[in-house]
Amino acid sequence: MIIDSLLRVDNLVKRYADNTAVDGISFEVREGTCFGLLGPNGAGKTTTIEIMEGILAPTSGAVRYRGAPLGERFRAEAGILFQKTALQDFLTVRQTLQLFRGLYDHGLSVEEVIRLCALEKLLGRDNKKLSGGQLQRLLLGVALVNDPAILFLDEPTTGLDPQARRRFWELVQSIKAQRKTIILTTHYMEEAQLLCDEILIVDHGRIIAQGAPQALLRQHFKAVLLELPGEDWTAAARELDVSYFEAAGRVELTTNDLEGTLRLLMQAGVSLAHLSIRPPNLEDLFLELTGKDLRS
Amino acid sequence: MRLLNDLRRSCKRLLAVWHARNLEFLRDRTSLIFTLGMPVAIVVAMALIFGGPPRPLIKVGVLGPLPTPLSAYPFLIERYIQFVPEAQQATGIHHVSRNDLALLLDLRQRPVRYWAIEDSPTGYMAEKLLLQADATAQRQPMSGSVSRYIDWLFPGVLGMNMMFTCLMGAGYVVVRYRKNGFLKRLSATPVSAFEFLSAQVLSRLVLALLVTTILYTGIGAVIHFHNAGSTVLLLLIALLGSLSLIAFGLIVAARFASEEVVGGLLNLLTWPMMLLSGIWFSLEGSPRWLQWLAQLFPLTHILQATRAVTLDGAGIAGIGVDLGYLAGTTLVFLGIGAFSFQWRAE
Repeated sequence: MIIDSLLRVDNLVKRYADNTAVDGISFEVREGTCFGLLGPNGAGKTTTIEIMEGILAPTSGAVRYRGAPLGERFRAEAGILFQKTALQDFLTVRQTLQLFRGLYDHGLSVEEVIRLCALEKLLGRDNKKLSGGQLQRLLLGVALVNDPAILFLDEPTTGLDPQARRRFWELVQSIKAQRKTIILTTHYMEEAQLLCDEILIVDHGRIIAQGAPQALLRQHFKAVLLELPGEDWTAAARELDVSYFEAAGRVELTTNDLEGTLRLLMQAGVSLAHLSIRPPNLEDLFLELTGKDLRS
Repeated sequence: MRLLNDLRRSCKRLLAVWHARNLEFLRDRTSLIFTLGMPVAIVVAMALIFGGPPRPLIKVGVLGPLPTPLSAYPFLIERYIQFVPEAQQATGIHHVSRNDLALLLDLRQRPVRYWAIEDSPTGYMAEKLLLQADATAQRQPMSGSVSRYIDWLFPGVLGMNMMFTCLMGAGYVVVRYRKNGFLKRLSATPVSAFEFLSAQVLSRLVLALLVTTILYTGIGAVIHFHNAGSTVLLLLIALLGSLSLIAFGLIVAARFASEEVVGGLLNLLTWPMMLLSGIWFSLEGSPRWLQWLAQLFPLTHILQATRAVTLDGAGIAGIGVDLGYLAGTTLVFLGIGAFSFQWRAE
């Protein structure tokens, strides 16, 4: 299958008076893929995605959609779910979908959007009376009314409870199944791992990693991860020549030599009764690349 | 003792919230500037308009040269009466009939003649003072249609209500949309700023026309308002006037995301119109520059055209300039609003 570049970002820079939010980012998004934009707080991912959406003007650099600068065609073919959006309080769910459908020449019927986003039971409810999960489903519906070729989802599940988040993932997967291009930013690595075909990790406005999640994991981790309860981590163990990280009552070790490390731990009197061994995941990769210090 | 502790804790919480609100207000520089700048602007405007000696309460038109000294004709030195020179007798009588002048005095012959409307409060006062000073003055019959003060005032009241409905309504809604991010969401769709603003104008227009129609019909019936002209023309004036005022308000709301700033700016627009557009009193006899300034406001043209129709029975040709000004300013205001429009709060 030939997959073309749908969106191309060239040397994007966004400077504010006191900082550079995006510092020379370039990448391409292929048609039909789910592209994840990841990074810690303040890394520049929302600024990047808003420039890609045509909402924010870059200081320099360019974004091209189907080879052309962002313009009328892009606005007609893009669906956007912003990180924070308010709708008109006193419109119902159906009226809101009708409003946005009326702004486009082409798109799905309101009934199709309602079915796609499972909004049937909410149609007569005022927007202001929707729960967080219900509002996100409506906002996804609003983003889909024009049957977009490219869908931007900026932290779509932030603040949702686990059930609502999983329900939202199912919706995104059903959209993915239609071979639509999705650009997703998220703080949830589980979400990115589940949904994204390709990810881009940014920090301090620059790209620090790019590729398919599994390929990136293989590239950065030859090792396995060991997890132990903090109380099992003895004083002797702290003196061992092993790489470990301690937080929230858990100790995490990374090693290429599993048998040798286990032997060392036993010699240091560490109980292995609650030891768990797992392969690294995207969250480990994220922490490995962006560090474990708290970001503002 | 417990009550005292509860009171102390309550005061502490109140002070914490009060302090935070003050800090927020002080750090919102734009709001601060407008909130503090607004009273200064009003003081300056009031000083310009009402500064100097006490303003006269009654305006009297005078035909013929004033005697020297003025005390030669004692009525001319009455306090709180402004004597406005009138070149033509017909024009002077017309101004009296429209309540622009309380009385018209003809000093060209003896005994002096005067024209006044019987049921006008200021006309009554002026006539009393005149006859006290000169018992020989002779009242002349008013020719043509004579309007009551209420007939002159009523369009002003309607216009004032229209101004508030149009300026305040649309402006605040746009600011709220910008502040809560709804405009940002709309900006990601094909809708243009001009389309969005035009939709707001039309939505508010329906409301403004409905409210004005209800007031016109209701109050008009109560005060037995007499319209000497065409009701269709009045509707046309209301339509164009509302459009111009709503578009005027949208210029203010085109960029800001703070209700306080927009509130201040809208006050800055409504105050001069309240004072200078002729809602409560005519600018007859005021300085020329003030009359020119008043001509810039859409409300002035709304009231001029309305009074020309209702008091003088003017046709479309008689109010063409006012209608043209309202239509032109609507387009200019919408253009400026669309050009300077911002979808998102900075």
